[in-house]
Amino acid sequence: MTETKAPIVSMRGITKAYGGVQALKGVDLDIYLGEVHALVGDNAAGKSSLIKTLAGAVRPDAGTITFEGREVRIEDPRDAKALGIETVYQDLALADNLDVPANVFLGREITRRPPFGWFLDNRAMEERARGLLARLKINIPNVRLKVRAMSGGQRQSIAIARCVCFNARVIILDEPTAALGVQETGKVYALIREMRDQGCGVLLISHNLNHVFENCDRITVMKTGSLVGSRRVEETTQDEVVKMIVSGTADPPRAAGRPQPLAQPG
Amino acid sequence: MRASAASPHGGLTAKVDHTLFVVVSRLVAIIAIVTVLAIASPHFLTWGNLVNVSRQASLQFLIASGLTIVVLTGGIDLAIGAILGLAACLSASLIVQGHVFWGIVSALASGLACGTVSGTLITYGRIPAFIATYGMLWIAHGLGYVFMEGEVIYGLPDAFRFIGAGFVGPVPVPVIVAVALLVALHVMLHRTVLGRAIYAIGGNPAAARLSGMPVRRRLIAVYALSGMLAGFAALVAIARVNAADSSLGEDLLLPAIAAVCLGGTSLFGGVGGIAGTAIGSLILALVVNGMNLLGVETFWQNGVMGAIILASVLADQLGGSRLIGKR
Repeated sequence: MTETKAPIVSMRGITKAYGGVQALKGVDLDIYLGEVHALVGDNAAGKSSLIKTLAGAVRPDAGTITFEGREVRIEDPRDAKALGIETVYQDLALADNLDVPANVFLGREITRRPPFGWFLDNRAMEERARGLLARLKINIPNVRLKVRAMSGGQRQSIAIARCVCFNARVIILDEPTAALGVQETGKVYALIREMRDQGCGVLLISHNLNHVFENCDRITVMKTGSLVGSRRVEETTQDEVVKMIVSGTADPPRAAGRPQPLAQPG
Repeated sequence: MRASAASPHGGLTAKVDHTLFVVVSRLVAIIAIVTVLAIASPHFLTWGNLVNVSRQASLQFLIASGLTIVVLTGGIDLAIGAILGLAACLSASLIVQGHVFWGIVSALASGLACGTVSGTLITYGRIPAFIATYGMLWIAHGLGYVFMEGEVIYGLPDAFRFIGAGFVGPVPVPVIVAVALLVALHVMLHRTVLGRAIYAIGGNPAAARLSGMPVRRRLIAVYALSGMLAGFAALVAIARVNAADSSLGEDLLLPAIAAVCLGGTSLFGGVGGIAGTAIGSLILALVVNGMNLLGVETFWQNGVMGAIILASVLADQLGGSRLIGKR
């Protein structure tokens, strides 16, 4: 993996109002490949709205998104997926009544060859799902079980694995560990770091600064719909980030100028 | 759950864990009903009566099959009986004039059209399924009345009546038709893109939408299919009774819902299957037949049916609650 200078995604001036409530007031955000980027801030800071505009779940009122240097329009989830932007939603967007392969391939089922294109190739989906779980070191002995029967960590892993399966370039996670225990949280972050090391750009929302400092490369703070500041993890401290979250103001970053992408690990 | 490892490949959607409880409990129920009726009535185990029950169950299944698919998506189609009635009138009027082919086409096409309108109102018009199909119920019903002007059509040609009243060897044709439809719909639900979408939409509509599934298109297809199956059931129904009038479909909706519930399909969507509805239809036919044989008054029959439906849903809640889960 070579060092990547330009961000893969640049959001500029993203604005969104719900009725009279200004959820986003012209937010800029860059995402780099090979980096885990944490989005933090109080409730109603606009974090979820911002990632939803990138995921195609919400249409911004104004602002531009460029992907690999080209300006793109993301009007629904399919547009985002077509670009390689995959999203893992907070409420685990899995169909509980289906098994693991069905969930991994939800909406993108592998079908038989024409003229049987309406028929599912369940065998192929099962084999690929098994291979995927093995590659990501996710331990689910029986993939034919309904997802409902699985632990929160396993379910979150399936939701994340689904992104990888379709060659995601950018993965967005909305509080991926909010509902998980300590051990499961560790596993999910290991998976997130694994995806970063495989070259994906990761954007995640978290309320737990310990997790953020342990697992992320860059931290961006938002408050009431505006960007407060963006820091690389090694340039800042938890105290500074907490101050930014609470006060909504930032001292100039110690390393001057635009944030630079990290060198790739390994 | 252990059954999932043993089940043949591909049947991997919402059937295994929940179905184990449903299948066992329903088989026990069928055996119990048959045993009681065999002892209580000397007429029950006669060939003629069993043919009658199987035909009744088959027709019930045809009517409830489309509803099952709609219910699996978490929706409801209240219009199936009325669509059946309208389709029966249109097709019967053509068939008595000798246009058997066009009669069949008109039944299927009118059902398809009504279902497509319902589905479009529900998806693009954002009207709840309950309201949209309730409106469609009255529209189809009204069109049937207008078309028939109070007349009754009877005396259909024998060649056509074969699908409702004929036999292949000892087996009534409606039974063969119902079994063929059961297999076709089971394959559709578990082996096709549409079937996967039906379970996904019923299990988690938001997940289905966010996964990029064309949810609205799939739902319209489901309601269209439900309407078309009601039209198909109309053909078998008029072939069996050799007549059609505008009130034909009036009393068919609630037993169809009963057959779906008895079959263990959750009205919240995502859980159940078409095989359950076949079993539910059989139980319903057995119970009605038994009450008739035993001379239970009509007034009591409705109450008994209601109690059976509630008991079956309650049993699923208690016996299978861990498996059915909450949403």
